[in-house]
Amino acid sequence: MPSNEDRQRAASARTGWALSAPALLLLGFAASGPLLIVLVYSFLTPGDYGNVVWKFSLDGWRGILFTRDIFDGTLHLADANLTIFWRSVKLSLLTTAITFAVGFPTAWFIATRPAKSRALWLFLITIPFWTNLLIRTVAINEVIRNEGIINTLLIWTGLITEPLRIIYTDTAVLIGMAYVYLPLMVLPLFAAIDRFDMKLLEAGYDLYASRWQVLRRVILPIVKPGIVAGSILVFVPSLGAYVTPRVLGGGKNMMIGNFIELQFGAGRNWPLGAALSMTLLIIVTIALLIYVRAANRGSPHG
Amino acid sequence: MAERAFSATRLPGFAMIAVAVFLVLYLPIFTLVIFSFNDANSVAIWGGFSLRWYQIAWANDAVKEAAVRSLIIATSAALIATTVATMAALGTTRRAAFKGQTLIYVIINQPLMVPEIVTAVALLIFFGFIKVTTGYQGLGYLIAAHSAFCVPFAYLPIRARLEGMDLSLETAAADLYATPWQTFRKVTLPLLLPGIIAGAMLAFVISLDDVVITEFVKSGGQDTLPTYMLGQIRRAVTPDVNAISTALLVLTVLLLTVFFLLTRTRD
Repeated sequence: MPSNEDRQRAASARTGWALSAPALLLLGFAASGPLLIVLVYSFLTPGDYGNVVWKFSLDGWRGILFTRDIFDGTLHLADANLTIFWRSVKLSLLTTAITFAVGFPTAWFIATRPAKSRALWLFLITIPFWTNLLIRTVAINEVIRNEGIINTLLIWTGLITEPLRIIYTDTAVLIGMAYVYLPLMVLPLFAAIDRFDMKLLEAGYDLYASRWQVLRRVILPIVKPGIVAGSILVFVPSLGAYVTPRVLGGGKNMMIGNFIELQFGAGRNWPLGAALSMTLLIIVTIALLIYVRAANRGSPHG
Repeated sequence: MAERAFSATRLPGFAMIAVAVFLVLYLPIFTLVIFSFNDANSVAIWGGFSLRWYQIAWANDAVKEAAVRSLIIATSAALIATTVATMAALGTTRRAAFKGQTLIYVIINQPLMVPEIVTAVALLIFFGFIKVTTGYQGLGYLIAAHSAFCVPFAYLPIRARLEGMDLSLETAAADLYATPWQTFRKVTLPLLLPGIIAGAMLAFVISLDDVVITEFVKSGGQDTLPTYMLGQIRRAVTPDVNAISTALLVLTVLLLTVFFLLTRTRD
């Protein structure tokens, strides 16, 4: 005979699933479920006018790294694709590094404010976080483009005569991504520093540590879970970025996100687009697993 | 003042960098807002205060239609997402842990983890297939897609609010012979309401801001404000884009302020 506790547990599970069902159905229909279709499409043959022909093929996956020679059918490394991957990874890593370099002092500053003003500073970092990414991209675009604010000011002061060409370069994309993703770095760093016991600093100084040593040996190791969280939160959307490289990079400085779109548009290679999407998803999943492991390892301290 | 000379929490240069960060974060946004009121045609040279770009934007039927469409989608998505998220939050908190709870949690939060471009492509394929099969081309696809990715944003504040509520009031109601539905209507729901409103606001803001998924899911002539802007700035940034941005920005900040005030009391 089932015990009372077992029966209660079973009832709890039934209600839990029943109440969650509408949300799960909605997400299955318009978020998670369609991902399986992308997986299937990555193994099909491209149709002549886009879409696919239902014939199994590995060309989508092969096309990520290789191109087939149109004359003799041999496979070559696809240099154009490699350039795009390399740009995506490089810019995402640089974005992560830059946002950390300026985000850590910012998070530290917020966390060490008196309790009252801390909420306000935090709110100030949260507003851009929730503000339209496109609007922020437009805003930074107005600053760096040829007739933008920086160039207008520099020409007006006579420091330069020709506008600095920043827009439509990798640098523009990098500036844009660092700008739009910075709050994603600051928020988890703040959360980690906020839990940090400031008495440890006094202990460090009492033991004659310099500020640099305290930072290196005391602060950074303890707030490491926050650093990992912030880095992943910046790296993941940077790698999949679409809007920022499209607006600031122009047509040429593509990243993976734009390359995927190209396959579903002018490229007319849906299986390749699907395979690229799956690759991006796999990389992101690995990054998130690293994050979960780091977060679990960090929790006994915090 | 002697105590201020050495502060253990002060790290040299950090405050300066932080202030610079806040300036760099806000200056472009302020500039954008200010130049939306610029009388001149340029987005970099000031020519006096005017509302003409707002008038020009509003006189543009494409902008007006996109604005209405954005609001319809965001309102529907916020309502649907908040409803299902509230149910899911009630189903997954304050009860004996059950098998599959983690799975539910992962599926609900999935839109936060999968890159938008991947979901966008998936929906392009899936909804494209349904469009061809059923012939239906309406706003339903955008509403479904937006509702789905808004679920975690609605779920998280509601769940946080629920976790902070103990069961004693509900138990008391049950002891006084209230039916489960009465208990929910008269006790749980009023207590949970700030969380629900907060969740709905986040969902609304997130839907209003979406570019990538909308861009891939929309049928012809279904631009929302963000996708309309994206199409516009492909050529050159015109000051009416600044006006639209400012309007969206003001709406977002207003909603966020309310959200901030609603959730603040919890701490």
